[in-house]
Amino acid sequence: MGSFCFHTSAVPSSHLLSGTDCTYGLGGLKLGNLRKIPFSRTHKASKVLAFYGLKKPPYKLDALEPYMSKRTLEMHWGELHRGYVEGLNKQLEQNDILYGYTMDELIKATYNNGNPLPEFNNAAQVWNHNFFWESMEPRGGDMPKLGLLDQIEKDFGSFTNFKEKFVDAALTLFGSGWVWLVLKRQERRLEVVKTSNAINPLVWNDIPIINLDVWEHAYYLDYKNDRAAYVKNFLDHLVSWDVATARMIRAEAFVNLGEPKIPVA
Amino acid sequence: MALRTLLSCRTLAAAVKPELGFSVGLRSLVTFSLPDLPYDYGALEPAISGEIMQLHHQKHHQAYITNYNKALEQLELAMSKGDAPSVVKLQSAIKFNGGGHVNHSIFWKNLAPVREGGGEPPKGSLGWAIDTHFGSLEALAQKMSTEGAALQGSGWVWLGVDKELKKLVVETTVNQDPLVTKGPSLVPLVGIDVWEHAYYLQYKNVRPDYLKNIWKVINWKYASEVFEKECP
Repeated sequence: MGSFCFHTSAVPSSHLLSGTDCTYGLGGLKLGNLRKIPFSRTHKASKVLAFYGLKKPPYKLDALEPYMSKRTLEMHWGELHRGYVEGLNKQLEQNDILYGYTMDELIKATYNNGNPLPEFNNAAQVWNHNFFWESMEPRGGDMPKLGLLDQIEKDFGSFTNFKEKFVDAALTLFGSGWVWLVLKRQERRLEVVKTSNAINPLVWNDIPIINLDVWEHAYYLDYKNDRAAYVKNFLDHLVSWDVATARMIRAEAFVNLGEPKIPVA
Repeated sequence: MALRTLLSCRTLAAAVKPELGFSVGLRSLVTFSLPDLPYDYGALEPAISGEIMQLHHQKHHQAYITNYNKALEQLELAMSKGDAPSVVKLQSAIKFNGGGHVNHSIFWKNLAPVREGGGEPPKGSLGWAIDTHFGSLEALAQKMSTEGAALQGSGWVWLGVDKELKKLVVETTVNQDPLVTKGPSLVPLVGIDVWEHAYYLQYKNVRPDYLKNIWKVINWKYASEVFEKECP
């Protein structure tokens, strides 16, 4: 299905694989934490800053027209998402403990089991929006194929039924939040989940496959109050099943979904 | 049940006063309708654009009313069948859509064009109470704007009066929760909608600018009326 990038920041990393954290500088270079500059002759220690960079979506800002306008992306990514990143960096500057965390660890730690710390909103929204841009592609939509389609049909009955559930979740989410297709670790199945504000399924240790931003800022400029049209266009024209498949493949390394169906000759 | 009696009292009221905004259905279930704005859509410019007022009133508020009526119908059906799980399941839709209707009905009265007194500071007992409790009207506005800007997601910021304790409070509620969910004796005086639909088309992400400008069209006359009724 053409080439697609395997973005390691888009799936949760377990602590066993913590080399691949998500600290990317501008331009996509993996910088990790800035290295400590050794003490200078005047013994003035330099301040070490961990920082997160604003990652660019894997397409030009006008590539999702007419379903998501360039103006929306300029505001949503260029200002709001950037604002979350900068806000997070400012908070981490003040916090000696949290700045060494990877993004996933940061989200789980600051969620604090339902009593979120102030950094949670920024951290989770940075992650959610990165995931969101990568969940879409120009000329997306259509259907998943092969293994992912099989799993969806197994867990929802049919692809149409999954779409109905997804749309329903988006329309019955009161207020601001996100809708997710998520692989539940315990139940070993795909489910549609809706979360409020910044919460994401990482906090319950589940594995997200795709998400949709249903905060009003995500669709208001293009669709005004018509959330239904926005969700429909997302599913029909924007969602990237290629990326979802890659995420699913990686997720299956952590969740045993049973033996593959090997056709018998 | 108490709810039933309340509904049937409203039924009589509606027969006498149609401008109260609800009408009698076939099974004497009260349905609600969109109240008219006491000013033009464009009358609050430049603080709030006409485009936002029109969408906010005709689409958002109307949607809350439509869905509230639907939920009430379903509730009545479930109650008549004694279907307890359904009754309980409908509560969140009623709270959300009903709250949306209640809150927005107050909001339209909280706003007034400048030429009709919008932005004019409150006189009388409310003005005195604000100065006593918060120091000045500016301090109150500052406090409410700060809390409104800090609210994550969608919700409202309120100036209310505790009718038992006879004192003013500033509170925030999430989504469409009415002020009474923060305290049963709280009565809303001024509510400011900080859902993105209330400002996004005009102010984009800059909620603080919206909160700074909205004070220019706040209708303190209505707030004073409510206050004097609760705290004579």
